[in-house]
Amino acid sequence: MSIIKINNLFKIYDGSQIEVKAVNGVDITFEEGEFTAIVGPSGSGKTTFLNLLGGLDRPTSGDVIVDNVNVWGLSGRKLIDFRLHNIGFVFQAYNLIPVLTAKENVEFIMELQGRSKQERFERTKSLLEAVGLGDRLDSRPNKLSGGQQQRVAVARALASKPKFILADEPTANLDSRSTETLLDIMETLNREENITFIFSTHDARVMNKARRIVTMEDGKILSDVHV
Amino acid sequence: MIVSLSWRNVWRNKLRSSVIIVATTLGICAGIFSAAFYQGMADQRIEKAIRTELSHIQVHRKEFRNSNEIKDYISDADKLNRKISQIDGVVGVSNRLVIFSMVSSAETGSGVKIVGIDPEKEKLTTNIHQKLKEGSYFEEKRRNQVLIGEKLAEKLKVKLNSKVVITLLDVDNNITYGAFRVVGIFNTVNNAFDEANIFVRHNDLSKLIDLPPDACHEIAIYVSDNDRVESVKARVEQIAGDLEVMSWLNLSPEMSYLNEAMDLFMYIFIIIILLALLFGIINTMLMVVLERVKEIGMLMAVGMNKIRIFLMILLETVFLSLTGGAIGVAAGTMLSNYFETRPINLAAWADAYTDLGYDPFVYTSLNVELLINVTVMVLVTGVLASLYPAYKALRQDPSDALRTE
Repeated sequence: MSIIKINNLFKIYDGSQIEVKAVNGVDITFEEGEFTAIVGPSGSGKTTFLNLLGGLDRPTSGDVIVDNVNVWGLSGRKLIDFRLHNIGFVFQAYNLIPVLTAKENVEFIMELQGRSKQERFERTKSLLEAVGLGDRLDSRPNKLSGGQQQRVAVARALASKPKFILADEPTANLDSRSTETLLDIMETLNREENITFIFSTHDARVMNKARRIVTMEDGKILSDVHV
Repeated sequence: MIVSLSWRNVWRNKLRSSVIIVATTLGICAGIFSAAFYQGMADQRIEKAIRTELSHIQVHRKEFRNSNEIKDYISDADKLNRKISQIDGVVGVSNRLVIFSMVSSAETGSGVKIVGIDPEKEKLTTNIHQKLKEGSYFEEKRRNQVLIGEKLAEKLKVKLNSKVVITLLDVDNNITYGAFRVVGIFNTVNNAFDEANIFVRHNDLSKLIDLPPDACHEIAIYVSDNDRVESVKARVEQIAGDLEVMSWLNLSPEMSYLNEAMDLFMYIFIIIILLALLFGIINTMLMVVLERVKEIGMLMAVGMNKIRIFLMILLETVFLSLTGGAIGVAAGTMLSNYFETRPINLAAWADAYTDLGYDPFVYTSLNVELLINVTVMVLVTGVLASLYPAYKALRQDPSDALRTE
């Protein structure tokens, strides 16, 4: 079942001299439960594409339809709510809140959603256990390694029970061992819980795990391969 | 969790937060202590005016306060005095003759207010008997004794046991004289009062001006508690007939203005301190927002709405302000309480203070209303200080913010 449909998507930046087409007429559909890597050289438009997909950047034209909802037809407040309930984000630089513990970082999203304390507690515990951090619930980010922080970020992204997770170069700051661990966890979550992941990456190890590889260049999709 | 998050955010940069908290603490502490100091000064000034001259309530013939004529006296004043003495809350009632005239020494003369008193009854209404620097308070039985202020003694160049001559008009407008011996020299720490008032026995003065022995121009009433003044005044009005009954606030409106002016001055002073702190806090919070652009972008991206982001910045600013404010209020209160019983010694500037009627030994006086108001003002300052930084935070675009390093 397709959960994301993208129709004729453009993002054009008007420079003083030159017009930059960061995303140049993309049409693509993502199915539920896919494990997709979006690859391409720097400046190919991967991050911009993910931002348009995640409702962070407004496209110049085109539609992003998630579960029959036109994301860019939503007003500001509804769009924020849409992101909160439908999209999980994992960032390259982890972006955890440094003054909150691992547990609180995960719980925070559910509190924004208005979930009960009991549900928050149980889900946070099970998510952090699922990413192998059941013994680090009360650690603050500065007491965790980069890999552990990124695993907390994955747990946080999953906390809101999103329809899909967007991960912008999630392994770029990790060593190979942490990358392996993180990818194994995400692959397991994808396989066992049918969670949809869409990555942008340069990392060959991520590409090896992906079951669909979309290659972008100059804002266009060059190839779209299911492996 | 937003409350907890905001509180923890305050302590992310301990040094920076501590600097602004210490600044707020010092500012508020100084504001409260200054307020308590000036309030204490004003209270002492008012208390002194009541205790040395005005008392709480005075009764006169209606014409007297304008005319100051000897003939505008209250007759049968002893009977009225007894009735007033029986009112609940009245501590002392003193009948006074009040005449504005001249006192002369061998060297020079001066215009003064001559107050004829019953020494024992006056003791219950004012405290001149406690202000004597030399001599005694009408202890000898001899006639024609006078108490004069230290300043007047200097002016007239007289000492204890010197003779002075009081010149006045009697009830029939004939000039009359009386030679009085200085038996006491008082210092009320109010130079103007000490230079312009002398005290003699009621009997001596009434004989000199040929008034009946139970006549007086003024009945001064001292009440046990300032809060009871209005109720006692109402009772006195009931029994005083056509006489004019006035409380110290009506008799000396400048005293109530003094109170109001002090209040106004204190609040202006505190508002200036808070304004300075406001800009300090805004500056700190702007730095906080600029340092956390990426984090704010992340919060927006994951679905934290603008109201919550605003609330987070608002709470953080209010916590920052209130922490300093609360410590400042506590420190200011402790400091003021300490000096409530131990006077601040300003004797080095005693002349300047006593010329204006203020005591150079100041006891602070702090009222709870001020503390509550200052706390609310700090809270409002915190809210105001958060507005611009919160506006800057809300203007972030999540995708741009996430790209910042």
